[in-house]
Amino acid sequence: MLEITVAILLTVITAATPLLLAAIGELVVERSGVLNLGVEGMMVMGAVAGFGAANLTGSGTLGILCAMLAGVVMALLFGFLVLTLVANQVATGLALTLLGLGLSGLLGESFVGQPGVRLPKLEIPGLSDLPVVGQLLFAQDILVYISFALTAAVAWFLFKSRAGLVLRAVGDNHGSAHALGYPVIAVRYAAVAFGGACAGLAGAYLSLAYTPQWVENMTAGRGWIALALVVFASWLPFRVMIGAYLFGAVTVLTFHVQALRGNLPPWLPEWVGGLTQTPSQFLSMLPYIATIVVLVLISMNRRTTLLNTPACLGRPFVPDR
Amino acid sequence: MRIELIRRAEQSRRMALLSPVIAVGLTVVFSAAVFLISGVDPLAGLYQLFIAPLTDAWSLSELVVKAVPLVLIGVGLAVCYLSNNWNIGAEGQFTIGAITGSMIPLLLPDFQTPFTLPLMLVAGILGGAAYGLIPGLLKTRFGANEILTSLMLVYVATLFLDWLVRGPWRDPMGYGFPQTERFNSAARMIMLGDGRMSVSALVTLVVVALMAVMLAKTLKGFEIKVLGASPRAGAFAGFSAKKMTLFAFAISGGLAGLAGIMEVSGVIGKLQPSISPGYGFAAIIVAFLGRLNPVGILIAGLVLALTYLGGEGIQVALGVSKRMSTVLQGVLLFFVLACDTLILYRVRFISSSRKAGAHA
Amino acid sequence: MRKMLLLATTALAFGFGTTAGQAADLKACWVYIGPVGDFGWTYQHDQGRLDVVEHFGDKVETAFVENVPEGPDAERAIERLARDGCGIIFTTSFGYMDPTLTVAEKYPDVKFEHATGYKTAANVATYNSKFHEGRYIIGQIAAKVSQTGSAGYIASFPIPEVVSGINAFLLGAQSVNPDFKVKVVWVSSWFDPGKEADAAKAIFDQGADIITQHTDSTAPLQVAQERGFKGFGQASDMIAFAPTSQLTSIIDDWGPYYIHRVQAVLDGTWTSGQTWDGLKEGHVVMAPYTNLPEDVAAAAKELEGKIASGEFHPFTGPILDQAGVEKVAAGAVLADGDILGMNWYVKGIDDQLPQ
Repeated sequence: MLEITVAILLTVITAATPLLLAAIGELVVERSGVLNLGVEGMMVMGAVAGFGAANLTGSGTLGILCAMLAGVVMALLFGFLVLTLVANQVATGLALTLLGLGLSGLLGESFVGQPGVRLPKLEIPGLSDLPVVGQLLFAQDILVYISFALTAAVAWFLFKSRAGLVLRAVGDNHGSAHALGYPVIAVRYAAVAFGGACAGLAGAYLSLAYTPQWVENMTAGRGWIALALVVFASWLPFRVMIGAYLFGAVTVLTFHVQALRGNLPPWLPEWVGGLTQTPSQFLSMLPYIATIVVLVLISMNRRTTLLNTPACLGRPFVPDR
Repeated sequence: MRIELIRRAEQSRRMALLSPVIAVGLTVVFSAAVFLISGVDPLAGLYQLFIAPLTDAWSLSELVVKAVPLVLIGVGLAVCYLSNNWNIGAEGQFTIGAITGSMIPLLLPDFQTPFTLPLMLVAGILGGAAYGLIPGLLKTRFGANEILTSLMLVYVATLFLDWLVRGPWRDPMGYGFPQTERFNSAARMIMLGDGRMSVSALVTLVVVALMAVMLAKTLKGFEIKVLGASPRAGAFAGFSAKKMTLFAFAISGGLAGLAGIMEVSGVIGKLQPSISPGYGFAAIIVAFLGRLNPVGILIAGLVLALTYLGGEGIQVALGVSKRMSTVLQGVLLFFVLACDTLILYRVRFISSSRKAGAHA
Repeated sequence: MRKMLLLATTALAFGFGTTAGQAADLKACWVYIGPVGDFGWTYQHDQGRLDVVEHFGDKVETAFVENVPEGPDAERAIERLARDGCGIIFTTSFGYMDPTLTVAEKYPDVKFEHATGYKTAANVATYNSKFHEGRYIIGQIAAKVSQTGSAGYIASFPIPEVVSGINAFLLGAQSVNPDFKVKVVWVSSWFDPGKEADAAKAIFDQGADIITQHTDSTAPLQVAQERGFKGFGQASDMIAFAPTSQLTSIIDDWGPYYIHRVQAVLDGTWTSGQTWDGLKEGHVVMAPYTNLPEDVAAAAKELEGKIASGEFHPFTGPILDQAGVEKVAAGAVLADGDILGMNWYVKGIDDQLPQ
């Protein structure tokens, strides 16, 4: 039983990592008061750029860097529209997704059907041999470690550093932040670029680690899930992590439930047997319904939600002269 | 160099008319450049993309067929967006509307009267509205973010339809393939002419007109805009933001549901796993391209439909990838959004040297 | 609207319009469900189109529309090709069936070929491949190679083609090991590498040591490769993605059929009909048997020959369904029509089909 639990958790980590990477970036963006719905577009561009660079040079590291760069370029395009030209954020984010999906398809045409570069697993000496947690936590690829580190770093940055305080101030009340002399637009540009880099990383994880290959639309809606996770987590970094892992776990478990049909291990409760006969479409709905339910449960606790919601989310800022 | 925006004293009427023209112009230039880079004659490319679909009756009627659901969903979404309710789940409401409307011909196959079709449309509207009200209620009752709940419900609706057509509603004579029986003729849309255009085009025109009047001339329209611009001001005026949220979701869900059932009883004629090529999402673009104005949305729906038809055209005639049209749709939206800045603001370019001088 | 019409007439007056030269004798056209870059179903059809290009050279011009969803857009895409002067149009997804027939009625001079459907007309033929022949072979291989006696089967949607594939796989396996188990996992998608990879991992975690799929991405094989398990390719030869894991692959090769049918139109001998070919005609091709003990590979090759020659039929009785009811009597074979519409499982499968 322990063996299969570890095995399931390993799969959950791979399913959760791209969501976590993208969501943690978007969290910072939204904390600065900007809503970028173009995560899917930035992510898919990251995937194609990462795959392309890694395949042409043979270096996974270069792949990761290029993926981040692609994400940043897309994010800056978004930033120029919504920050400099104060265009509507929802519409611009959607346009970014369209552009990303189309452009990545065009750029990736020649990569189709090529096996990719797989990021190596980095075993941390000494720790990776520990029972149970060793393989789970200390024998992953670099992007998994980055996703852990980023979550901690973002949490520290937002709530323990001065710069983080400024960023939150900009997101909560851009008028006052501006009056106090903080560069609202510059802070938001930085946050948006960071979000792009993270989405790029998430894309790189898909095309270099999850399934090392390039195919069109390979993000398959994960950018949208990442957006949902940010709200789900009421803009708190460690909750984003919990959310990403919960979503990953539900997705993976629906497959396990199906594979269990007919040969249920005796230690499982009876109702799992009934569950295995549920039509697959209903099982596939589970992650989405679970997200809605948890979203509602969390939103019901108004005080924490309001406390953490960036008050200026989605509102444009134009400095008065 | 730096760009600075200066708020205009009032909206520029000239720019309001000019900005979409500039945006389309820039998109044309951009497309030409892309064609040139990819080694395609830009003139032939532009012709196939923007003009060829307008050159004969068949493609014009196809243009209308493609635009109808986009426009219908788009005007509904405009009510949502104007009142600050971010429904992006129209695709799900479209699907549920198609399902509830189809219940009549599928569950009551012998009920074939002149009332069959109208009843189906009503059922479609009600189904879509009810499904739209879920994120609306979750927002007003629990404060759950509607962008995400409405989006999650899209996946749920699509999977539900998938289960229906593969399970309980599957055509027993269909060799196990995932589709329902074809609808009887009383349950099919009435066609206009010999193409695929149906009365759905007329219904759409009526809806656009009604919505335009409601938004521009009625108290409700005023309420929508006030609450959208400032919920506080709306509260002072005695308007309820919660009621407005429910109203907006019901309207946009209902129109999406109407579009769904008209599509199914019109061009498809049965239920099957895939009934929409992403109309619910494309309509968001249409709503913004049309600047949340019903008449604007009508035009925008036709323009977007044109890019779909043109996208197929460049692939068939010139062998250019269809993804090109996706890129151009994104770019067009970018340009429209950027140019809209000109309506509210005057743009000034400040060279960095001058700025440095000013500081000295 | 009037302004647009005006624009249009102006354009006509300037004499744009026809683009390519009309040197070719025939224009052959395709409608694809996915992008040509899916490296699966659509990719293989496009390879078939390229075979036509290579075979006929300038005599035949080709065109295609990709990414056409099954729904309102399909009929438009097909009709556009018919209007554009295509002499023969291949529509390559099941959901194009009714739209193909509707358009065919309007264009009696154009030949239509619909893949995987069951409705025909005077100018509409259907074609499909007997993929279950290949699945029986890989089922037998799986039972010989597996140490745990269970294989995973990643499935897309419960349509007859997928169901008959699962049945053929298990029958093949049972011919070696009557207790062989197959774990069927539905991913509700034809193509989602991430989901397919997750499903593959779940299957391996639960004790299967070999995997096959009726979805189009290479992801499951990549997981097998990474974990040191074995698997089978789908649609195309995926050996590059799993050099030490792929045992063989069931390849769709549409080229010969397309060349044959285009030639028939050129000769004026095209007639409607229902083509359902397999190993014999080369529509289903097995990739080289790799990473296998020699005797297993040899046996697979022999079985392949027997199926191709008609000496052996994968659905030869006795075959019982899940409830133990005899569906095919001993010695009899299942009729083609029953395979094409199959919606029951053979005995030994633990999954349940939606009814």
